[in-house]
Amino acid sequence: MLNVLKIALRNLARFGRRTLLTSTLITLGILSVLLFVAIAGSFKAMMIGQFTDAVLGHLEVHRRGYVASIDTLPLNLNMRPAMVEKVEEVLKKFDGIEAYSKRVKLGAMFSNFTETTSARVNGVDPEQEVATTPLLRGRVIEGIKNGVLLKPGEILIPTLLARGMNVKVGDMVVLVATNRDGSVNGKTFTVRGTMEGITGPSGRDAYIHINDARDLLRLKEPEVSEFAIRLKNPGQLDQIYAQLSQELSAVAGGGGTAGAGDKAGGAGKGPGGGGLEVHTWAALSPFSSLANMIDLLTVFVKIMLVSIVLVSVMNVMMMAVYERIREIGTISAIGTPPGRILSLFLTEGLLLGVGGTVLGTVISLAVIYGLNVWKITFNFGQQKGLVLSPAIGMADVAIIAGMVVLMALLASLQPAWKASRMDPVRALGHV
Amino acid sequence: MTLIRAEGLVKTYRSGEVEVQAVKGVDFAIEAKSFVSFVGPSGSGKSTLLNMIGCLDHPTGGKLSVLDRDVSTLDRRAAAEFRGGHIGFVFQDFNLIPVLTVYENIEYPLIMVQDWPEQKRRKQITRLLEAVDMSAQANKRPDQISGGQKQRVAVARALATNAELVLADEPTANLDHDTAYRIIKLMKKMRDEFGTTFVFSTHDPKIIGEAELIFTVEDGHLHQGSSHTGAGHA
Repeated sequence: MLNVLKIALRNLARFGRRTLLTSTLITLGILSVLLFVAIAGSFKAMMIGQFTDAVLGHLEVHRRGYVASIDTLPLNLNMRPAMVEKVEEVLKKFDGIEAYSKRVKLGAMFSNFTETTSARVNGVDPEQEVATTPLLRGRVIEGIKNGVLLKPGEILIPTLLARGMNVKVGDMVVLVATNRDGSVNGKTFTVRGTMEGITGPSGRDAYIHINDARDLLRLKEPEVSEFAIRLKNPGQLDQIYAQLSQELSAVAGGGGTAGAGDKAGGAGKGPGGGGLEVHTWAALSPFSSLANMIDLLTVFVKIMLVSIVLVSVMNVMMMAVYERIREIGTISAIGTPPGRILSLFLTEGLLLGVGGTVLGTVISLAVIYGLNVWKITFNFGQQKGLVLSPAIGMADVAIIAGMVVLMALLASLQPAWKASRMDPVRALGHV
Repeated sequence: MTLIRAEGLVKTYRSGEVEVQAVKGVDFAIEAKSFVSFVGPSGSGKSTLLNMIGCLDHPTGGKLSVLDRDVSTLDRRAAAEFRGGHIGFVFQDFNLIPVLTVYENIEYPLIMVQDWPEQKRRKQITRLLEAVDMSAQANKRPDQISGGQKQRVAVARALATNAELVLADEPTANLDHDTAYRIIKLMKKMRDEFGTTFVFSTHDPKIIGEAELIFTVEDGHLHQGSSHTGAGHA
């Protein structure tokens, strides 16, 4: 085999320029794909991080049916204290959960005393919320950025609402909300800050203290609309989602009877049964479609690379066979077994693929390393100076490299087969 | 001992509707260690006969045995194996592998066709290089040596696997007269030294005389001629 390798190498060196061109093409292909995968992956991870760390958390737990009717923020689908307690018991058992935040969500009329508009409001425990969505504080554009996120009687409002209603930090505003029994209640708040809005659900919500939300809604018990959960390792999302769904399915619908009009209490089937549902950030955010598109684009780029390798190696190997017909006739005539002729040409194709792949991979890893050293920054919304940190897993490198080498081998198969099946008399007579 | 025996050997080529009979039922026998020439004009059927003896082509009819083996029905793989084990080839255009040195060209059948250990290979190649007087050019590439030297290397390559039979199709056609004569003499010397049967084709009357047994091929028919020894070169 070593001798076949040696002769194959010499044959490639014989047509040095062609070998170099083909290897360069494969190298550039590998370089493009690995860089694309690394940068797109980094961008995607960062974007996902923006959504999970600033708004949604990695997972959310709701009463069954809440998400389906989330546009109306139905109060009758809040979790009652008994259920909240059980959910907390379950969440505390998971080592993979870093933090969770209880939220009361409501729709309200927002007034600056002269004008009124509708607003979506999150009632949160500031400490829990900051622990669960650590980038939330970074969304505060104007106002008090240090210290606790919110104090009772304060409100953080989205910038668009502040501009539209001509409200500034320190102004007094009123929230008026319809309670579960149909009555209306109002409460005044001081604007603590304005926040950058983010596309997607809850991205343009105002934030108040959870106790204020309960006061406003006149909730007699500490109900919760949703749990937002932050994981220690986002890579365990699917695993924890599955485990959590299973664990919560065992939570009985106790406390699910949230009051009049409750339609979902106690329904205990499907993920998060027992009247509960678990959702991943991807199921809640429209960005998951964009993330899927990035994945699709990556697949498409990989297909292009495979095509480049396939066409270029096949072209080179077909040329190699065509130009060496007499030589093939000679080695066949002197008794070289067809299988060894096949392996000779396959080895040439393989070496082309391996050479280009190794070179491309080394250059790609060097460029990725360089990009991390140079720390290229960019802005995303109000997030300034985000550092692009391209990274690629060894598994991705191995898959892409393996794919290219395999394609080089497959591309050589037809020309190599043709060479091994060549009639020696015709080959020797070829002019 | 009869090395090659042909009885009623026929080869017909088909090209569409047209059939051309290149060899028309010939009979011949060639003894081991003989120095034999097939003589005749271009297109007479010499190369076809050599191709069939060398298991490069199948007869259309008749019987052909080489080394007591019926070679007329060998499939591609078996034919390659038979050639690799018993037959060496010398070609008109030398057909050395351009990327390999003289040494490596001779070594090629020992590693790609047979699987000789390195030490045994080195010994064999050294012996052959000395025999064909190419030791000094061992590390040169084919494009760095003359036509005559290339053919010497080709002869050495043909003998590398200790072939019992060497077939040479017009081995001197691309050489000047003196070089051609030296190649024929070299082949004869190799026959004497290694006991290999040499069968070559030619239409060069000046080297025909070196053959010990001459078969004249004319229009697919074969006539056995008289034996000569060393009468061809002035």
